[in-house]
Amino acid sequence: MIIKRPTDIPSSEITPEAIYLRRRDFMRGSLAGIAAGLLPGSLMAEDSTAPAGQALTYSPVAADATDQGFDTREARTPYEHVTGYNNFYEFGMDKSDPAQYAGSLVTDPWSVEVSGEVEKPGAYALEDLLAKVQLEERIYRLRCVEAWSMVIPWVGFPLADLIRQLGPTSRARYVEFKTLYRPKQMRGQRSAFSTIDWPYVEGLRMDEAMHPLTLMATGLYGRSLPNQNGAPLRLVVPWKYGFKSIKSIVSIRFTEKQPQTTWAQIAPREYGFYANVNPQVDHPRWSQKTERRLPSTLFNPNRIDTQLFNGYGEQVAHLYQGMDLRKYY
Amino acid sequence: MAMAMTLSLTRKKQLLFGASLLPLLGFVVQQLVSGGGPDPGKDLVLLTGDWTIRMLLITLAVTPARRLLHKPQLLAYRRMLGLFTGFYAMLHFTAVMTYVVGWNWGRFLEEFSERPYMAVGILAWLLLLPLIATSNQWSLRHLRQRWNKLHKLVYVIAILGVVHVVWLVRSNYAEALVYALLTLLLLGYRLLPSRTARKHRAPVS
Ligand code: HEM
Repeated sequence: MIIKRPTDIPSSEITPEAIYLRRRDFMRGSLAGIAAGLLPGSLMAEDSTAPAGQALTYSPVAADATDQGFDTREARTPYEHVTGYNNFYEFGMDKSDPAQYAGSLVTDPWSVEVSGEVEKPGAYALEDLLAKVQLEERIYRLRCVEAWSMVIPWVGFPLADLIRQLGPTSRARYVEFKTLYRPKQMRGQRSAFSTIDWPYVEGLRMDEAMHPLTLMATGLYGRSLPNQNGAPLRLVVPWKYGFKSIKSIVSIRFTEKQPQTTWAQIAPREYGFYANVNPQVDHPRWSQKTERRLPSTLFNPNRIDTQLFNGYGEQVAHLYQGMDLRKYY
Repeated sequence: MAMAMTLSLTRKKQLLFGASLLPLLGFVVQQLVSGGGPDPGKDLVLLTGDWTIRMLLITLAVTPARRLLHKPQLLAYRRMLGLFTGFYAMLHFTAVMTYVVGWNWGRFLEEFSERPYMAVGILAWLLLLPLIATSNQWSLRHLRQRWNKLHKLVYVIAILGVVHVVWLVRSNYAEALVYALLTLLLLGYRLLPSRTARKHRAPVS
């Protein structure tokens, strides 16, 4: 159902991909031979960055979508970096660990448990959930709490579309999400020294969840999500720090009370429930005033000013009217 | 083994020199070959931080190793190891200033005053400077007993270094705990009042 014939892919998508493939061939032919002789396996993790996954059917981002925040004119972070460098502690602490170790995760079959204050609770097969929605492209900035950022073309559907179909009751004020807990396939969950109490939990206030910018992603760069980016279903909330955008979701629960989210539980002074991008509120251990837009290089750190709500203030600031953002960080 | 025995001290020192540079060389090769990932500045900060603490611990291990392995001649390598600690510390500081602080001194003061782990790291680094400056024959000869006293600072630096490392952990303490444990062992060894330790105490430098 989400698979399409190659001829259906918008031409705009074909070109960049072809370039990646060509670049990869070049790398393989000329450099990888040398590299293989010199470098330990971990440095060769690049091999997992060739565009993988199935081509998706979706509507490309509309020409006038910048006003709504659905598009940005900023340069996109190349596919190999989006998929080769990220945090997904379920697979390890290093930013290359997800790309290296997420291959072991089995994402088919996949089921999502819908529970709590909702009219249609139950275990939904992923296909059935996806049958209810239309995929579209969104190009968002992603700002990590560690002061780096990327620009990523996601494919997904507005979370609001799904929530409307599930029918939350009038008591539902928050939505809680959980990541898969499967230590056999997620080596980070086996680590004895981690302070994380698995499974990973995130949450949104109902109005945040219903906001048109809030996306449930199933793909990026026109193809289904690689495991390391949170396959097969992840949240993307572009005005909040990256850790809010929970990956590989298996549970959606509607609640009356604010969910206990993972990082807010581990270090409540450092990570709040809201976690809105805000250059005025520093992380206790580092400044949030600027960020390194990736890719950066040794000669050009590509440091830019961080914007309030990650530059989506026009769209989302009203959600927080009258709230003290220093208190509710 | 037989080969190793026949190597001259100079040759062994050259080998150690090369080996101590390997982490940095590995990084450079990685940059040249693979383009080095999207955030090489941050990678350099972490790599140089890791090798500062590792070199520091290796340096601190020389004295116990001399005694426990009955190889007093290991002393010959200690200065080079200490200087490589300084080398990686300098690189670490420069990398942090370039890729995290952006050589913005207002920002630097803010980091120093508001982030204790930064303050502790900077303190450790400042204390390293006089040790680097006096790691030569001339200072050794002219400072004599004071040289020994001065270089006891390395214990303070180790403690500050480990505090810095443990403090900046976000969620996984494994590596930081290994460093802390090793530091504890290496410093604890110095406190041992045991007769054997004293009997085998080789003249310092
Ligand atoms: C002798 C002194 C020092 C030692 C032994 C040391 C050691 C380390 C180590 C082991 C790390 C962690 C690397 C990793 O996570 O893989 C680190 C990170 C760091 N150090 Fe140092 N350091 C020292 C001095 C400094 C100084 C002087 C500064 C500031 C000017 C500094 C700032 C930082 C920063 C900003 C990080 C990165 C934190 C992060 O973003 O994760 N350190 N250091």
